[in-house]
Amino acid sequence: MTLSPLSRRVLAGLTFGVLALIYVPLLVVVANSVNPSQSMTWPPDGVTFEWWRRAAHSNGAREALVTSLQVAVIATALALLLGTLLALALQRYSFFGKNAVNLLVILPIALPGVVTGIALNNGFKGIMGVDLSLWTIVVAHATFCIVTVFNNVQARLRRMGTSLEEASADLGAGVLTTFRLVTLPQLRSALLAGGMLAFALSFDEIIVTTFTAGQGATTLPIWILNNMFRPNQAPVVNVVAVVLIVFSIIPVWLAQRLSSDVEGVR
Amino acid sequence: MSAASPSPSDIRPGPATDPAPRGPVARPGSRLLHRMVWLRLSLLLSAPLAWMLLVYVVALAALLITSLWSVDSLTSEIDRTWTFDNFRTLLDNEVYRTVTLRTLGVAIAVTVIDVAIALPIAFYMAKIASPRVRRMLVVAVLTPLWASYLVKVFSWRVVLSEGGLADWTGFGSPGYGLTAVIITQAYIWLPYVILPIFASLERVPDSLLEAAGDLGAPSGLVLRSIVFPLLVPGIVAGAIFSFSLTMGDYITVNIVGGANQMLGNLVYINAGAANNLPLAAAIAMIPIVVMLVLLTAIRRTGALDNL
Repeated sequence: MTLSPLSRRVLAGLTFGVLALIYVPLLVVVANSVNPSQSMTWPPDGVTFEWWRRAAHSNGAREALVTSLQVAVIATALALLLGTLLALALQRYSFFGKNAVNLLVILPIALPGVVTGIALNNGFKGIMGVDLSLWTIVVAHATFCIVTVFNNVQARLRRMGTSLEEASADLGAGVLTTFRLVTLPQLRSALLAGGMLAFALSFDEIIVTTFTAGQGATTLPIWILNNMFRPNQAPVVNVVAVVLIVFSIIPVWLAQRLSSDVEGVR
Repeated sequence: MSAASPSPSDIRPGPATDPAPRGPVARPGSRLLHRMVWLRLSLLLSAPLAWMLLVYVVALAALLITSLWSVDSLTSEIDRTWTFDNFRTLLDNEVYRTVTLRTLGVAIAVTVIDVAIALPIAFYMAKIASPRVRRMLVVAVLTPLWASYLVKVFSWRVVLSEGGLADWTGFGSPGYGLTAVIITQAYIWLPYVILPIFASLERVPDSLLEAAGDLGAPSGLVLRSIVFPLLVPGIVAGAIFSFSLTMGDYITVNIVGGANQMLGNLVYINAGAANNLPLAAAIAMIPIVVMLVLLTAIRRTGALDNL
């Protein structure tokens, strides 16, 4: 297909233009984190690091960060285990009800967050009689994180084929040995990618979390939401936001490194 | 290199290093697993399936049952007699019809905007940009995806509110309202739409496009009759994301939309402040039904494998 130089240039302009616009709101947050005025009008009045100093001493933010990390780590571990088992079952076997299981896995992410949230809230409190806590957040997050691990692992299994596993079995390795020495090493980067996505989803999730968090468990998004509109805290929220933006570059960079590694192997 | 090459003693089979004798005689448990396919399958399936059924299916079923209950107006306790009152309220009361239509309208608008923006960008990334630029662009699209959702909503409030950046640059502030909601949602879900379309475009071999060009097809025809059909699953996957995420969001609406409520807000208010869980459950049935209809309709496109 031959595109005229003009349409190439138009496409390039459009792409870079939109991508530049994507960063404008993020830069506004960065600017406001050093804006002496609390009203956050544009342009900023000057430069101050007062909010950064206050944020560094904010116990609430630090505790919320720890809670968020705990939730995300446990939910990701659960999602990795359950998602991998499901992907192996659905990709390597055919059985009655396979399509239903497939639909079931994507349902928690395909249904709007508010539905998942209220269903789990009602399920925990009404049916199981469990009080909301850090663990109800973990269960909720793991449920919708399974699908990201599942998708990554399933795609990898599809591309891998079964010849290496068959060769291993022919050479006499047992089912578990084959899994440990042949299947698992090939899944490693898919597991890492799926796990990172699950971690990010859990770390950032707010809608389901508002329905499944108890009084004692405040994740970082909940802390941000609670403090966003308090005049004294809003600038501190800006600082936390900037820190989050900066740290969000790490997983993206890692993911890129990872995918280029995979290309190198192939 | 001679020092590193294996000496004859290294490659001679020895009792400790030779796996051959163990090989064909796998342990009994492993032999059983190998022979019994159903056993392997049920070992793989039982834990995740139990989780999904116990946590999620039970919760959804309970939600349906709860929507058939009511709240005693005097004691504000839940009355567990089955009734269709909540659904009758949804049908009779004009507020719910308005909010449902508004929610669907916003979700459709956001989805259309996102697909329209994502298509040319994904095409440029996958088919025109050099590999180095492509990698850079992927990072550029991904980074805002990882930045906190609340941070992004918050920054749009700062940009769009009166005295904000949009006002200052002369675009004018849309104020609090549906326009601000649509702009913010379209912004937040854009990466979720670009990525599946980009992924499905990457799988379209360049040679296919070149062949079509060599055979004399103008670019418009190639795009319409070759590229677009191959893109449908990616587009549908992205559209499901933006549609469902918009429909279930109530926080963006709260922060940048002011009084223009959507279904999510009604669910949240009724489950919390209004203390009418049965009505909240009934309202939640609306997006469930919409999504189930959508998912069944698009199952055949194969888009569900791309989520």
